[in-house]
Amino acid sequence: MADERLKEMSTFRRAMIRPELGAICGTILVFVFFLLVAADTGMFSPEGAMNWGVVSAQFAIIAVGACLLMIAGEFDLSVGSMIGFAGIVIAIVSVQWGYPVWSGISLAFAIAVALGALNGWLVIKTGLPSFIVTLAFLYILRGLTIFLSIATTRKTIIGGVKDAAEGDWLAPLFGGKIFNGLFVWLADLGMIETFTRGRRAGEPIVDGVPMLMVWAVVLVIAGHWVLTRTRFGNWIYASGGDAQAARYTGVPVNRVKILMFMLTAFCAAVFATCQVMEFGSAAADRGLLKEFEAIICVVIGGALLTGGYGSVVGAALGALIFGVVQQGLFFTGVESSLFRVFLGLILLLAVILNTYIRRMITGER
Amino acid sequence: MSEPLVEMRDVHTGDDSLIELSDIEKHFGAVIALAGVSVAVYPGECHCLLGDNGAGKSTFIKTMSGVHKPTSGRILMGGRPVTFESPRDAMLAGIATVYQDLAMIPLMSVTRNFWMGREPTRGFGPFRYIDFRKANEVTMSRMAEMGIRLREPTQAVGTLSGGERQTVAIARAVYFGAKILILDEPTSALGVRQTSNVLATIDRVRKTGIGVVFITHNVRHAMAVGDRYTVLNRGATLGTAKRGEIQADELQDMMAGGQELAELEGSLGGTV
Repeated sequence: MADERLKEMSTFRRAMIRPELGAICGTILVFVFFLLVAADTGMFSPEGAMNWGVVSAQFAIIAVGACLLMIAGEFDLSVGSMIGFAGIVIAIVSVQWGYPVWSGISLAFAIAVALGALNGWLVIKTGLPSFIVTLAFLYILRGLTIFLSIATTRKTIIGGVKDAAEGDWLAPLFGGKIFNGLFVWLADLGMIETFTRGRRAGEPIVDGVPMLMVWAVVLVIAGHWVLTRTRFGNWIYASGGDAQAARYTGVPVNRVKILMFMLTAFCAAVFATCQVMEFGSAAADRGLLKEFEAIICVVIGGALLTGGYGSVVGAALGALIFGVVQQGLFFTGVESSLFRVFLGLILLLAVILNTYIRRMITGER
Repeated sequence: MSEPLVEMRDVHTGDDSLIELSDIEKHFGAVIALAGVSVAVYPGECHCLLGDNGAGKSTFIKTMSGVHKPTSGRILMGGRPVTFESPRDAMLAGIATVYQDLAMIPLMSVTRNFWMGREPTRGFGPFRYIDFRKANEVTMSRMAEMGIRLREPTQAVGTLSGGERQTVAIARAVYFGAKILILDEPTSALGVRQTSNVLATIDRVRKTGIGVVFITHNVRHAMAVGDRYTVLNRGATLGTAKRGEIQADELQDMMAGGQELAELEGSLGGTV
């Protein structure tokens, strides 16, 4: 009963046809482009790479959550507001109220994850599209963030977190850097430039890998492994692919979806905490539009907007493309407003290519 | 398709039935969807449940598979009364249902579909992962037994034909130990060749001792594989007939309630 009308595919072709293919092509394209036009601008020097690397890592953190949630068949538009909200909670608790920073971080995570669960629970219980439910939370959380910030400090930016975090045991997990020794050694070898003047003279310009990047790498690897290798990953695909069919075979669809809403909220809290630790302040307008940027990364990465199909690695590559383009245009001195034009074009191209690839894999017509 | 069965199977009596449902009624508010349906399923038989749209076939199989709880009536399995609180209960009792459109998730691979909800794992605690080698091997060999040669187990179900999808779902139910297999209109959306493949699969499954409940409104499909026929009309059973005791046109008449169809058939030259 084998269908003789199915063409035999070569091993190479089969290996190439995968959900991430569009994102892989996009990444190569973007790197080739900037290597050609921006090679002499310092974009690919250690500090230049650190610059776009950090931006890409930020996108990657929220893209992992958004990716798994989208594969499970739902959206979360409250990610950006959640980032602002979690940041303000940390600042209010640790600076305004004077509690240790670790308690502020813990509380921010607890509230964020609980709000994620609430998002999920509402979507499941009401049967409304998650688009609407989380759109409501986009406004609710942003409003609450501004209100809380002004009500407690009469400001929308709360500084002083850096001083408060001095000596805290949890803060370095988000604001610290690792491999400092390696970078000092590289500087000694002359492979990284050092500061020549000022307080930090003699220290390498790039003095370590920020924890933000470590979080991004860990989340991407863990997310990819869970999705493709574990039983729970199979349930994520199934919940988004066809919730009713999944229920009939005994997959706990509601639990899967609610957990994925909690994951996106967790990722937003990671993003917020890293940002607060880096800047030493929280602001009520942080995270604006991040929900859409996360979704763009995921879609460039080959995920299907209606769920059931996608790749965490693809989403991470989407984040890399996003970061490189955003910072690369800055390095090349292109008018920054053109960034959005470029982004829109990449999004369109990626989606067209991904649709074509997906049809080849899944037999959709 | 196999040859039509010439020899008569013994007609079962007594309580060697796999499941016996008697006088099942189901009311949804003021609507009486089932008004006394009685069916028994025996090992190794294909029991065809015939009825026109709205006759109550779907409600009945949903009652049998634990989706609905009957308003009144008795369900016996192995002679003991049982009640199903959920589809999972019915599944644990060995009742597997293959729904027409909801059998498979097209975006996922054959292996992922086959094992969905019951994935074999290796490793410990949080580091458990799916044993894909075993999963792929079992899937390939089971599908081969059902007469489907897959290009590879990672092939998406969307690349399979409708008949093949039904077959994957049937193979899955059989592998996970179904004693009773309910097929909800498995042939209604299929072409001629695919239909015969599914009918051949039903025959193969029946021969392993599983009781198959085959829901259809196509009398020809029913006549091809059925051992016994129960006709539903307006929420009630019109009776059960054995193979050889009843003709196709009689079944057709009973399904449609006789009169109107006879007139229609006259105007269409007796081809319905």
